[in-house]
Amino acid sequence: MAETLTLELVDPERVLASEAVEMVVLPGVEGDFGVLPNHAPLVSLLRPGVIALYEGAKVTRRFFVAGGFVEVSEQGCTVLAEGAEPVEELDRAAVEQALKDAEEDLADAKEPSEEQRARLERAVAIARARLEAVTAPQA
Amino acid sequence: MPSLKDMRTRINSVRATRKITSAMKLVAGSKLRRAQEHAEAARPFAAKMAAMLANLAAAVKDQGEAPPLLAGTGRDEVHLIVVATADRGLCGAFNSSIVRATRRRIQELKEQGKTVKLICVGRKGRDMLRREYGDLIVEFVDGIAGKRRIAFADAERIAQKVLELYEAGGFDVATMVFNRFKSAMSQIVTFKQLVPVEPPEAAAAGEGVQAIYEFEPDEERILAELLPRNLAVQIYGALLENAASEQGARMVAMDNATRNAGEMIDRLTLRYNRQRQANITKELIEIVSGAEAV
Repeated sequence: MAETLTLELVDPERVLASEAVEMVVLPGVEGDFGVLPNHAPLVSLLRPGVIALYEGAKVTRRFFVAGGFVEVSEQGCTVLAEGAEPVEELDRAAVEQALKDAEEDLADAKEPSEEQRARLERAVAIARARLEAVTAPQA
Repeated sequence: MPSLKDMRTRINSVRATRKITSAMKLVAGSKLRRAQEHAEAARPFAAKMAAMLANLAAAVKDQGEAPPLLAGTGRDEVHLIVVATADRGLCGAFNSSIVRATRRRIQELKEQGKTVKLICVGRKGRDMLRREYGDLIVEFVDGIAGKRRIAFADAERIAQKVLELYEAGGFDVATMVFNRFKSAMSQIVTFKQLVPVEPPEAAAAGEGVQAIYEFEPDEERILAELLPRNLAVQIYGALLENAASEQGARMVAMDNATRNAGEMIDRLTLRYNRQRQANITKELIEIVSGAEAV
């Protein structure tokens, strides 16, 4: 077995994953990036997207996150996620519905304040990323 | 002297009460287990967040300009107290001990000439504080503890209110009062400072020498995202502790009530039997002396 790093994926309510992986790909705000063992210490923000756990060249597990933070240190990679869910638990129909609802909310909002608008747009962005997570080919 | 019938009614009523309290005890016991599990599950996240915050705070400190959530407003005039209680009663001194501690704190602050504002989480706390400090309550949230599981979204909602108030210059220092869960038997009323954030030094010291981190994007933006999130996490942790404490306190209170009811039933039954025998004896004497007189 090749060298591994410890990935911990936690959200406020539970620990979703705590395991050794060979590589993990994370959706950073400034683009996706992969973390291999002995990565330089890093703290980054996450955008809505998919976290993929790799063993060799194969993806073993995928998680959707709505946002959060990641810290890479000598001890491993720690993801503090918001609204994290395993991709296989997402239901396509429900996700599509959620996106539609979010878009309608945005369209229906009459003269939203700046904050409201930002919040609704964020909800749409999360819903869209969620749909992409479901529809993306399971590499 | 109550009649035999009255006493029978009384015994039955205490029995019914005991049934209810013992059922409540069992329910509280199973809810307690669940609440404890939730509190436990949430701990890793809070711990990791504190560690990350310590790193960031240390990194930003060198550069001067810290965000107001971390640095405070520089004043100490208006205090906001977030009072977390239960929505329901029948849990011993759980609510009243929080309220008592809050009252004392309010008095102290007032004597120092500070202004106090309250956010009440949980119906009981608001009901008890409303009479005295009704004008201080700026916000009220309920329907949280009643759920099977406290959702993070609830904590976020409270955090949002606190943040809005802070940004509007509504207060300088925010504290949260809740019961820390020590064991089912004992809960400790705790004050936790929310704003300005107390840098978690202990977490940083525990890990020894810190690595130099790369930040993506820069420290300020991460910190700006992290601090409000941290507030919600802190509140969430406190709410979970509080929920576990509530169930623990209720379990103990109901256990005592059940035992007291049992004792009362024994006492009443004894009295009932004595009375019944006395009545029979009296009737017998009446019959015998009646027969003798003939």
